[in-house]
Amino acid sequence: MSHIVNKQRNILDFALSSLLRRKGRNLALVTVYTLVVFALASVMFFTQALKKEAALVLGATPELIVQKMVAGRHDLIPLSYIDQIKKIRGVAAVTPRLWGYYYDPLIRANYTLLVNDTYPLPEKTIAVGAGIARVRNAHRGSKINFFAYDGKPVVLQVRGILSEESELLSSDLILISAADFRRLFGIPAGYATDLTVQVRNQKEIATVAAKIQQFLPDTRPILRDEIMRTYEAVFDWRAGIVIVVLLGALLAFLIFAWDKAAGLSAEERREIGILKAIGWETADVLQLKFWEGLSVSLTAFLLGIILAYIHIFLAAAPLFATVIKGWSILYPNFRLTPFVSFSQIAVLFFFTVAPYTVATIIPSWRAATIDPDQVMRT
Amino acid sequence: MRKSSIFLIFILGCTLVLSLVFLDAHFQTAGDLPFLRQEIKVVETLKLTDLCLTTEARHTRHPSQADWHSPFQSHPGALDHFPSGAIIQPPETIIKGYEPHRQ
Repeated sequence: MSHIVNKQRNILDFALSSLLRRKGRNLALVTVYTLVVFALASVMFFTQALKKEAALVLGATPELIVQKMVAGRHDLIPLSYIDQIKKIRGVAAVTPRLWGYYYDPLIRANYTLLVNDTYPLPEKTIAVGAGIARVRNAHRGSKINFFAYDGKPVVLQVRGILSEESELLSSDLILISAADFRRLFGIPAGYATDLTVQVRNQKEIATVAAKIQQFLPDTRPILRDEIMRTYEAVFDWRAGIVIVVLLGALLAFLIFAWDKAAGLSAEERREIGILKAIGWETADVLQLKFWEGLSVSLTAFLLGIILAYIHIFLAAAPLFATVIKGWSILYPNFRLTPFVSFSQIAVLFFFTVAPYTVATIIPSWRAATIDPDQVMRT
Repeated sequence: MRKSSIFLIFILGCTLVLSLVFLDAHFQTAGDLPFLRQEIKVVETLKLTDLCLTTEARHTRHPSQADWHSPFQSHPGALDHFPSGAIIQPPETIIKGYEPHRQ
């Protein structure tokens, strides 16, 4: 047993010396390879964590939302629709929601304004998300100016700041009273933004949704399942940045594989020839190349994974944040819960380490099976 | 020291760090549970439907609520000009309200 271990360690020593002889080239190779693994692992960690958190958190979203559509666009829904929906068998309750967007020209940011029916706020007061508090330097008691639909100023006092822990949901949120909301946007009393419907039997949600669309053809029911599915697919591999990163990584990897599989350099072939001439067997040469490939790919894999974890979960994904932020001024400072599984690492290992190691061995096997004299002469 | 020893120590060190990463992920997830419960409560109380990933456009702020035309709202034939629109894809179910089901 110790003989086998010693032999393998000797081959590994030789493989490392061989790699160090071409220090510059191999260092560049490990760096690019690490970056490829880093990019792939970052995308995988980010999307998985986001999907898991969305699935967990959005499970509490309303089971059915009904919007009114006019000319293909979301429009205000008349409250008279509530009675019609209530007539459908299986419907337990219908509640109107008032929400909308407000563009703040002062800091050029968009806010989401929402009326909370469960804990209604007194008139002339608001509760703001942590992101808004940050960009507007707002605190409890400070006043924020708004301009109503008719251009008249509306001054609202900050009654509270929403928790920083829920910034992934409420960073840009302003909770406001129904009266202030209607005054700000000029929404008449008989209308709401949309309706939430509670269904007695969960199995009947799809049937109730179909009936709503049948009785009120100008509406669009949105099921909780559909909202959840939205976030399952929101960062799908087809989505822009993901495919760009994956394609970039794939192309870089193809270049590596091509470089290796297309054949060895004359120097490497001569090295194999000399090794065979001094008594190395084909199996030894293959083991040498296996250790060379594994040293490079394992180093890149481990470093890439560790860096990706630091990037996504400890440094709050600064590279992705720049892309997601886009033109928005108000950006949530959220920290994702690290839902990391062993299977994710295994998949990455299989797609990065295995192909590279195999690609290193094949051309070496070809060179190692030729006569040493012929190899050294070419 | 032999080169193989240095390399093996390096790989073992990296594997140890990777194990610490798993450990950190496990403890952070467990530690985040109260915050996640708080988030669930916020969603339930405020009847929220979407994550606040970006605030620049309504179809990326509330992808589950936006209509099919909101990315192209500027004028007929307009393209989506928000960078976040390139990374957050619309839900496939979004078209169901506009297109009658074809058998």
